[in-house]
Amino acid sequence: MLKISSLSKVYPTGTTALKNVSFTVEEPKVVTIIGPSGAGKSTLIRCINRLVEPTSGTIMLDDVGILALNRRDLRKVRRRMGMIFQEYNLVERLTVMENLLSGRLGYVGFWRTYRRVFPPKDVAAAFALLERVGLSGYQSTRADALSGGERQRVGISRALMQQPDLLLVDEPTASLDPKTSRQIMRILVELAHERGTPALVNMHDVGLAQSFADRVIGLRGGEIVFDGPADRVTANVLTEIYGEEDWSTTIRQVENETDKPGKGSSDGKDSLVRESLA
Amino acid sequence: MMTASSLTDRGDAPQWHRIRTIENRWARHGLTALAVVYLAWSLATLDINWTRLGDGLPRAANMVLRMLPPDFSRWGLLFKGTLESVQMALAASFVGMILAVPVGICGASNLVPKPVYLAARAFLILSRTFHEIIVAIFFVKIFGFGPLAGVLTLIVASTSFISKMLAEDIENMPPGQLEAIRATGASFPQLLIYCVSPQALPRYLGVSIYRLDANIRHSTVVGIVGAGGIGQVLAASFSRYDYDFSLAILLTIVSLVFVGEFFSNWVRNQLR
Repeated sequence: MLKISSLSKVYPTGTTALKNVSFTVEEPKVVTIIGPSGAGKSTLIRCINRLVEPTSGTIMLDDVGILALNRRDLRKVRRRMGMIFQEYNLVERLTVMENLLSGRLGYVGFWRTYRRVFPPKDVAAAFALLERVGLSGYQSTRADALSGGERQRVGISRALMQQPDLLLVDEPTASLDPKTSRQIMRILVELAHERGTPALVNMHDVGLAQSFADRVIGLRGGEIVFDGPADRVTANVLTEIYGEEDWSTTIRQVENETDKPGKGSSDGKDSLVRESLA
Repeated sequence: MMTASSLTDRGDAPQWHRIRTIENRWARHGLTALAVVYLAWSLATLDINWTRLGDGLPRAANMVLRMLPPDFSRWGLLFKGTLESVQMALAASFVGMILAVPVGICGASNLVPKPVYLAARAFLILSRTFHEIIVAIFFVKIFGFGPLAGVLTLIVASTSFISKMLAEDIENMPPGQLEAIRATGASFPQLLIYCVSPQALPRYLGVSIYRLDANIRHSTVVGIVGAGGIGQVLAASFSRYDYDFSLAILLTIVSLVFVGEFFSNWVRNQLR
């Protein structure tokens, strides 16, 4: 699905953000990327859809070499990658529905964009997603009137409106409180699994990353220092990624985890709706 | 006991004084003295003639007396001039609004490549270099007396003003929104329509309405150098010493500006 080979990025300032990063995402799983600030997590995510231009390396999405594309073909491949941001990045003065439909911009022409007339199936898909993320009835609310958690639900929905083959998620919960963070991660992971969409998720919260990820990649100084299943992240691994620290509290928090997604997920949707009402 | 005695011990007390912009005492006082000397010199060389100032006062009184009462008898001329000014202001604002959109977009560094940005900014600086009166004199020389020169002058001024405001407004947009819409695979025109436009539109309209209000005031001024409108009528009345008619024109301008200001405030309140 996604194959990254010897990807490097040196910023014009001389900072080396990524050094020879290679990994492959074969299955529709949730991969979280952890690492200290400045390790290159954001750069890595942004290189994949070329919001940041890498210095060297290759990125293949199925059989498309992303780094060789011209602007036109880049737009086509960006349609296949949904992106979710820390600061939500909704268009503030537009309504929730308009923000969701912006996920379809890659598929509609200029006049439809100008008149904000989208194909009925897109509108139907948007209403279905709103209900799924617990925002039924919010379609005409302006984005700047929403709370953080609500905004991120809209952000997730916008990305999913693209019906992407890959989700790029940059610190989805860093601006949210712990409870909302868990709700948002739960929605994100459930939807990714439901739709069989692989997701690359940058996180700085190790506990949250471990409890929701299928696989964890650890970045340090622009290099991959760990790549493995979430349950193999031990104190030694964290020391390798972040440096010396007492990790016992972080690890215990993970071991005591009770509400992992998948465990008792039969009432997943109900709990979602309950939380959104709370 | 030890600490108390050491705090009151003058010899060991740490020194502190305020930090000045210019630390060197000689430089500081020298600059102050220089400024005073320059002020005295420039006042001395200006050659303010107190007798001429004294002579002017009775002339001013005479002028005021001749202004009263204002003469509205030539209301036809007055009305025509006023209408021309308003038309000039409206036309210039409208054309300026339209021209400002491409110029403003090209002047926003977060949207366009560097060369385009620099070209647009150079145009903006150039068009703002000269005061409207100077631009009006140029256009009067080129296109002759009348409202055409006035409208062109106001178009130049409105375009540069509105596009500068628009460019700055776009540059102040949170970068994340642009990034997010780009990431969906939207084209550049779609980015403008779906992301830039909703965020920048209210302020753009507000600035444009403010500019309409400003254009009404400016249209009365550019007329004085012959670029049409009520200002041209005013200049003519002054040169013929028809001071009572001049007062009538001035009163008309005052009320016109009042109405313009009121209208502009009202519209901008509605936009909020």
